[in-house]
Amino acid sequence: MLSPELGHYALALACVLAAVQGIIPLIGASRRDARLMALAPGLAIGQMIALSASFLSLIYAAVTDDFSVQNIAENSAVSKPLLYKITGVWGNHEGSILLWALILGLCGAAVAAFGRNLPSALRARVIAVLGLVATGFELFCLTTSDPFARVWPAPMDGQGMNPLLQDPGLAFHPPILYTGYVGFAVPFAFAIAALIEGRVDAAWGRWVRPWAVAAWCFLTCGIAMGSWWSYYVLGWGGYWFWDPVENASLIPWLTGTALIHSAIVVEKREALKIWTVLLAIATFSFSLSGTFLVRSGILNSVHAFANDPARGVFILGLLGVVIGGSLALFAYRAPALTAGGLFAPISREGALVLNNILLCSLCAVVLTGTMYPPFMSLLFDRTISVGKPFFDATTIPLALPLFIFMGFGPMLPWKRAQLWPVLQKLWIAAIVAALACGVAVFRLSGVLPIICAAAAVWVIAASLTDLAERTKLFRAPIGTSIQRARMLPRAIIGTAIAHAGVGITVLGLAAMSQAQHKIVEVPIGTTEQLAGYTWTLKAVEQEPGPNYTAMVATLEVRRNGQLITIMHPSKRSFNSQNQTTTDVAIHTNMLADLYGVLGDRHGPDNNPTYVLRLHYNPLAPWMWLGALIMAFGGALSLSDRRMRVGAPQRAKSSSATVSVS
Amino acid sequence: MTRKTRRLWLVIACVACLGTAAALILRAFSSDIVFFVTPSQVEASPPPADRTVKLGGMVVAGSVKREKHGETPVATFAVTDGQAAVTVHYEGILPDLFREGQSVVAIGTVHPPHEFVASEVLAKHDETYMPKEVAEALKKSGKWDPRFGPPPSAASWNSMTVQDARKNLSAPAAAN
Repeated sequence: MLSPELGHYALALACVLAAVQGIIPLIGASRRDARLMALAPGLAIGQMIALSASFLSLIYAAVTDDFSVQNIAENSAVSKPLLYKITGVWGNHEGSILLWALILGLCGAAVAAFGRNLPSALRARVIAVLGLVATGFELFCLTTSDPFARVWPAPMDGQGMNPLLQDPGLAFHPPILYTGYVGFAVPFAFAIAALIEGRVDAAWGRWVRPWAVAAWCFLTCGIAMGSWWSYYVLGWGGYWFWDPVENASLIPWLTGTALIHSAIVVEKREALKIWTVLLAIATFSFSLSGTFLVRSGILNSVHAFANDPARGVFILGLLGVVIGGSLALFAYRAPALTAGGLFAPISREGALVLNNILLCSLCAVVLTGTMYPPFMSLLFDRTISVGKPFFDATTIPLALPLFIFMGFGPMLPWKRAQLWPVLQKLWIAAIVAALACGVAVFRLSGVLPIICAAAAVWVIAASLTDLAERTKLFRAPIGTSIQRARMLPRAIIGTAIAHAGVGITVLGLAAMSQAQHKIVEVPIGTTEQLAGYTWTLKAVEQEPGPNYTAMVATLEVRRNGQLITIMHPSKRSFNSQNQTTTDVAIHTNMLADLYGVLGDRHGPDNNPTYVLRLHYNPLAPWMWLGALIMAFGGALSLSDRRMRVGAPQRAKSSSATVSVS
Repeated sequence: MTRKTRRLWLVIACVACLGTAAALILRAFSSDIVFFVTPSQVEASPPPADRTVKLGGMVVAGSVKREKHGETPVATFAVTDGQAAVTVHYEGILPDLFREGQSVVAIGTVHPPHEFVASEVLAKHDETYMPKEVAEALKKSGKWDPRFGPPPSAASWNSMTVQDARKNLSAPAAAN
């Protein structure tokens, strides 16, 4: 009994519950009425259940091929594999907005479930703010992009899905990226709640940080997956195009990274409070704008399939209310927050402030580069575009000092530090970085890649040094070191791992600047030389697939006569949509990717020639591996005892359970 | 360390970083920005040969030629905005979504009078998508009046040949 009408009804119910969730607890918190405040968790969980029911009914409709639902008829087909019937639910505008709302509902329920040791007023307010944001999005879903709209007469078969999107990487990319985007709604709600309350203290920092770190981990993975998808699907050998949609995810990542660092200062030293609140607001605002940029088509890009002005106006209004309202509240209430403790410029806090300034400068640069073209075309009617040369010239000089200070930061003591003792501890890391620089001079060409590679090695070496110092490795008996390592807070290990992950990613980026490629048009049997490898086109065959026919090449790669791999790049022609897609063949040994693309077939039938694109991409896998390591470091620090939000005590008031019926 | 000195340090750090960022942005704006040009703009005032630009328009039907220089494949095609046509040379594989009569964006440099050497060719995901500039050019050339419905479908661009484009070019010239 999961009819689409039921799903629609559940969505409307969720919207009403969200509105109640947004109003009643706020009133309760301002009147100090425990009964009203206690309603908040029940409402949040109820809203989550209603949204889940709604989402499940949409999945059910997709799996059972209910083409009377317009959204399914337009995006699905009987012949589509089951996996893509399910994941196709969020592969389109309506479904993705519903997914967004569902994740927001899950965040609210998570605060309700894990936030039991929060002060009741703060918890009620946080849940209420999440409810208000959810109301906006669910209204948007109901009024302008109803995923359950029926179509009559129902077609016999759906129109199918863009074959380019029929890919496992893209299937799971949106939920992870959205969890990252939406996850920052929780720090945002904490910030708004703190502004309403007029109080930010160390405890607030401790509560907000796990949520920010969790969202950051998801966003990191989401961005890496998106980049990896474009690397192996688009077949250009590129991994990041500085496309507005990609930048829209990078900007909240930069401010989110600043947020998880400045929240440490709030927690440990009760300083940077106003700044952290502002960062929380900014990060979620950028996340919202990110969706807006994708969904409204204000920034035309290869990714933007949704162009609809009515939706754009609604989203613009929603953005105006959320961002404008929260900034107005900030301007009104921030002066009431008391200034924090004092610290010297050379100290852990000082390093974290510098981290924040540099990250925000980077964010400003990326934001300028992304927003300048639409503003130019809007105001001066000039069409320009800002691409890789611009971003390379502006971001690298700002990122390099960030990497250098990343090495020192975690080793500086709080409050007041001396630089010299820290430098003494880091001499091995400095020598390793200098050696890496020497190696890079011989292996890499160009000044910036060499400096970036050295900085990356410096970051990795300094992170490892930090761990070695704390465990007294090589200075104490090995048993003592192991004992110390066991006692080490997971947050510290997580920091070192995440920082090393940054180094690994940067090393991959630096090496990728040396990627080599070759485009040839050759008959079968030809041998090409690239990057010390011998590539031979052995055969090209036609192979039928479920809903396409493929032209599959057999490409043999040898090095010094020894067989390395046999690759099968192919080109698929989809019968239904008159579309072709390129299926890249990638062979990796983790140090380099061999990347082969099959292009068009030319010439007479008895002696055809084929276009081949061959790439040698050194350290390419490290770029994504580093991002995964960063996210792993974040997850590890989340498991720190200090961070376990709900663990220490349970709420004792019995009134809290009454509301859940 | 008093509150005042701390604030001073903060201000210095902020000004230094944001100042650097602003300087970098301004410097990059003067050299690294890629302007979007239409074939008629290339015809009227070609940008300098060392300047990378984006050329946008529709691929003229029947203009795509593929050749081989040694083992390197070279594609040659004409891009039009309905008023002028520019010949594009591109070494490499044309994207999957590249079609005659559909919109395309080529990134590269202009070699006057009508030659364009592309380092990258982009085709859009969507086959009904039309770059804004092309829509403007269509309106200017009188091929599409927004008051009388949606723009002509991509398929009708197939019938727009170089001759058509030239005709449209010569019409306003004759009026002058």
